[in-house]
Amino acid sequence: MKLYELAHSRTGDKGNISNVSLIAYNPADYEMLKEKVTAEKVKEHFKGIVKGKVIRYELENIYALNFVMYEALGGGVTRSLSVDMHGKGLSSYLLDMEI
Amino acid sequence: MRTIRIGSGAGYAGDRIEPSLELIEKGNLDYISYECLAERTIAIGQQAKLQNPQKGYNGLLEARMEKALPLIWEHKVKMITNMGSANPIAAAEKTVEIAQKHGLTGMKVVCVIGDDILPMIDKYQDTEVWETHEPLSRLDGQIISANAYLGVEGIIKALDAGADVVITGRVADPAIFMAPAIYEFGWSMEDWDLLGKGTCMGHLLECGGQATGGYFAEPGKKDVPGFGHIGFPIAEISEDGTLVITKVEEAGGMVTPETLSEQICYEIHDPENYITPDVIADFKQITFTQIAKDRVQVTGITGKPKTDTFKCSIGYKDCYIGDGEISYGGPGALNRAKLALEVIKERLELVAPGQFEEMKYDLIGCNSLYWNPDFKYQEPSEVRVRVAGRAKTKAIADLVPNEIEALYTNGPAGGCGAVKRTRDIVSVASILINRNDVKPEIVVYTV
Repeated sequence: MKLYELAHSRTGDKGNISNVSLIAYNPADYEMLKEKVTAEKVKEHFKGIVKGKVIRYELENIYALNFVMYEALGGGVTRSLSVDMHGKGLSSYLLDMEI
Repeated sequence: MRTIRIGSGAGYAGDRIEPSLELIEKGNLDYISYECLAERTIAIGQQAKLQNPQKGYNGLLEARMEKALPLIWEHKVKMITNMGSANPIAAAEKTVEIAQKHGLTGMKVVCVIGDDILPMIDKYQDTEVWETHEPLSRLDGQIISANAYLGVEGIIKALDAGADVVITGRVADPAIFMAPAIYEFGWSMEDWDLLGKGTCMGHLLECGGQATGGYFAEPGKKDVPGFGHIGFPIAEISEDGTLVITKVEEAGGMVTPETLSEQICYEIHDPENYITPDVIADFKQITFTQIAKDRVQVTGITGKPKTDTFKCSIGYKDCYIGDGEISYGGPGALNRAKLALEVIKERLELVAPGQFEEMKYDLIGCNSLYWNPDFKYQEPSEVRVRVAGRAKTKAIADLVPNEIEALYTNGPAGGCGAVKRTRDIVSVASILINRNDVKPEIVVYTV
């Protein structure tokens, strides 16, 4: 099953750091998401894009995880060669992850 | 207990104007705040100011003020905005001129200055740059702007001076939304929990439509009603920090725990430590409760003492990026597109060997967004080739788009729709400075 079925997401950018949220549609799925979607798994999923570490934060009351991904934006928003300089499309890529 | 209503008039420099006008007319607002500065907006504004000392403020300032000023005057709504960008004084003078034209006699426009630290940048040559972990003196490129992220202090001064319109340069985004609550309710600047709540309000409002269903819609999963006429959010905040997010009833869009959950996570790192000039806000225990249609109560926010420093953004001339695109369609499109990439690679190695810092070769529709080396190609009905290269000089960067365009007569069959451009890249570096180095000041104009 893809995360797309269970959760929604939005990406933010600061310099060369991207943060991608993962918010469960159904609170009942949150514990399972916490167990399956670890920082390590996300780092593996984004290999080739994210060169640095991935840190996961939790916002329990809104059933959200927040992944902060370092060296994730091709050198930074201003100088990235990507079509998507802000990495705004990375949220959709996270939702493509199979669990 | 008193409650005030603060509207979000813009979520970025070029945002739509109509939702802000609807808010002023129908939102029963006390304040409307327009957030119009991204990370490097000021650096670009500074370049415009060098060309013309009367420019360097937000490009939509005139268009916004022409429509909004008569309305805020009529509906007794105060406006706060960072549309001053690199030139708040010129922005304020232009605003006064527009107010005069509309006969808004007595309107007070107050400008907040003090964020521009470029004149004293030499003082920080030994300060470490976040991005490079090297001293500022070793930054590779000419510095063209340096601005501290100010807090609410200057805006409060402006409101104390009777401002109807407050125009700032760089301030922390939440500050332009939080300042009215501090001013109206007389909150202590050391009541960290209240300042945390005010910052949370600002964070939820600062991206305009992103709180009301904008950047949220997903057909079949997250449908947004009235999407075409989406409204911008309103915060109702009370003296004790009670906070409700809502919108104008007849406006499109929606306010739900889901729309706000996406926005609260937007551009934050550690939710327990959201660092701003005025407070370190703690969003970790945030809770959203739908109390009525399009009304969400926000609870669980606290705050911790502010730091001794201000973050400063330094804009510098970094590099040039040249890029170009061309499309291929119909049977065999993918193979012709791949051939185009190979040919461009070979030609750039011939004309400028080793002269690019970095290159990117994309097949748009296949692999452009995710840098994905493992992409499994499926035959698309059309594909767009894109090549981008970064170089220190414009002449070298230009070679990339030129080679793309030359595929018209020298590339695979059926190439079409070529575009090319070269951009002069201004980048941003960040340093921390002692907050006592910067003192916000105000300039008052009366129409």
